Amino acid sequence: MDFSPILISLKTAVFSIVITFFTGMLAAYLVVRIRNVKVKIAWDGFLTLPLVLPPTVAGFFLLYLFGVKRPLGSFFVEYFGVKIAFSWGATVLAAAVISFPLMYRSARGAFEQVDENLIFAARTLGMPEAVIFRRILLPNALPGILSGGILAFARGLGEFGATAMIAGNIAGRTRTLPLAVYSEVAAGNMEGAYRYVLILVLLSFLAVSGMNVAAGWFRKQDRRR
Amino acid sequence: MGQIEASLQKEFKNFKLNMNLTSPGHILGVLGASGCGKSMSLKAIAGISALDKGKVAIGGRIVYDSGRRIDLTPQKRKVGYLFQNYALFPNMTVYENIAAGAGRDTFYVKNLISRFHLEGLESLYPGRLSGGQQQRTALARILASRPEALLLDEPFSALDSYLKEELQMELKERLSEFEGAVMIVSHDRDELYRLCDHIMVMSSGANIICKGTEELFANPEKVEAARLTGCKNISPAIRVGEQVVEAADWGVRFRLNRRIPEHMRYIGIRAHDFLPADRDGQIAVETVHVADAPFERNILFKNADNPGETMWMKLDRGYRQVPERVSVREDKILLLE
Repeated sequence: MDFSPILISLKTAVFSIVITFFTGMLAAYLVVRIRNVKVKIAWDGFLTLPLVLPPTVAGFFLLYLFGVKRPLGSFFVEYFGVKIAFSWGATVLAAAVISFPLMYRSARGAFEQVDENLIFAARTLGMPEAVIFRRILLPNALPGILSGGILAFARGLGEFGATAMIAGNIAGRTRTLPLAVYSEVAAGNMEGAYRYVLILVLLSFLAVSGMNVAAGWFRKQDRRR
Repeated sequence: MGQIEASLQKEFKNFKLNMNLTSPGHILGVLGASGCGKSMSLKAIAGISALDKGKVAIGGRIVYDSGRRIDLTPQKRKVGYLFQNYALFPNMTVYENIAAGAGRDTFYVKNLISRFHLEGLESLYPGRLSGGQQQRTALARILASRPEALLLDEPFSALDSYLKEELQMELKERLSEFEGAVMIVSHDRDELYRLCDHIMVMSSGANIICKGTEELFANPEKVEAARLTGCKNISPAIRVGEQVVEAADWGVRFRLNRRIPEHMRYIGIRAHDFLPADRDGQIAVETVHVADAPFERNILFKNADNPGETMWMKLDRGYRQVPERVSVREDKILLLE
């Protein structure tokens, strides 16, 4: 059995969640602060799009932007000497873009459910905005943010369509677990597919359980308060 | 020190805030029904609710002036704001909450903790505190940030009623130690009567009257102010003569010792200002309904001689029977516009 898809998948999922976690949270913070309702709706729609589009369509757009001869793709080649399309980096890009909306939406919901009077009170007490974010907004939104992070991680782990479009299915380089399952089935090797499926189910189950354990821990914290 | 002057304008689809106020004296109460814009005004002064235009000065320091494009952040306005639900940070202990606004001045934080009788509670989270302790923590936290004025938004609405009176006394004492201006918003006239030396009455986004507390209750001048200060009986009034007024709804005439102003439109009589009288009483009582409260008896009645709209009177429970006639002292009759 080829173990490379497991390693590639885990590496991809970890890298993409690091990117998604912070950018999703930042995007949520900025969108929550937009006062103009129309501008807010427009940004929200744009940032949520990768979640509602078929992944192949999202992958198509990524290919359109990051292809070697495309504006962003040629920019990366020229200035950083990095070819993104059909490299390992493309699996991270695809997983990050597809899982981003889950993180963004969870974080946004978590920020919005924090009593806004807490923020107002902090302001009248003279606390700087950065301190308010770190000491009040973030701690009170943390359970929602973390569960969003785990959801996004699980989604990144299972990413298939967009990855196939922009990263291809190169064994040992861009073949993640979902792609490996597809390849084995396509080659008529059900035995091989079973193993990968089992591993994927196990990893996804662990992620969701981790979310529940974390939620339980937060509830216990709350009871102590 | 620390007088608040404000002119606040903001327009919504079906509501318009258009307020002018200067806080006279130390503690100013803002009395108004819910939705009249009183909380909004307070938030606008603190800078946590935006205005269309206007001007706000705290102790002579201009913190907002739409004409000159001045709009200080709440952080820079130095206004303490007590929220209805106290808005204590649930993820911080009592000590951390109070220290949050104090910068590095731990000595002052400790001083406040002892002044507000919070010793022993420092390491508790707000969820573990009683309503009164929460209020004290919130006040200590505000004072720790050394504000120049205090704004209290319905400070007692989150408390059980049996606690209120004691805490009102306590708050009054604490506020007397504070040097800056204080504004208290409430819909509860008793609360404001106990705490404030001046009261401003608000109705649909505007300041309709502002005067000393005693004077306001003695002579509310405006119908809205009379209602909000608890006057239960209000009738359209007709000026019959220089000193004679007729209450159109009740079919009663009153002769007063003062001249009746031309702009008078209504008269008001507080329910407890009716006095049981003998045959010479002005109004013959035709009882409609009697409702007993623990210490008083509320009687809904009509003028038997000339039945019109009903009136409320409040008598001590000592009166076993509903009196046959009642009278009102002429100086207790409120002339309203």
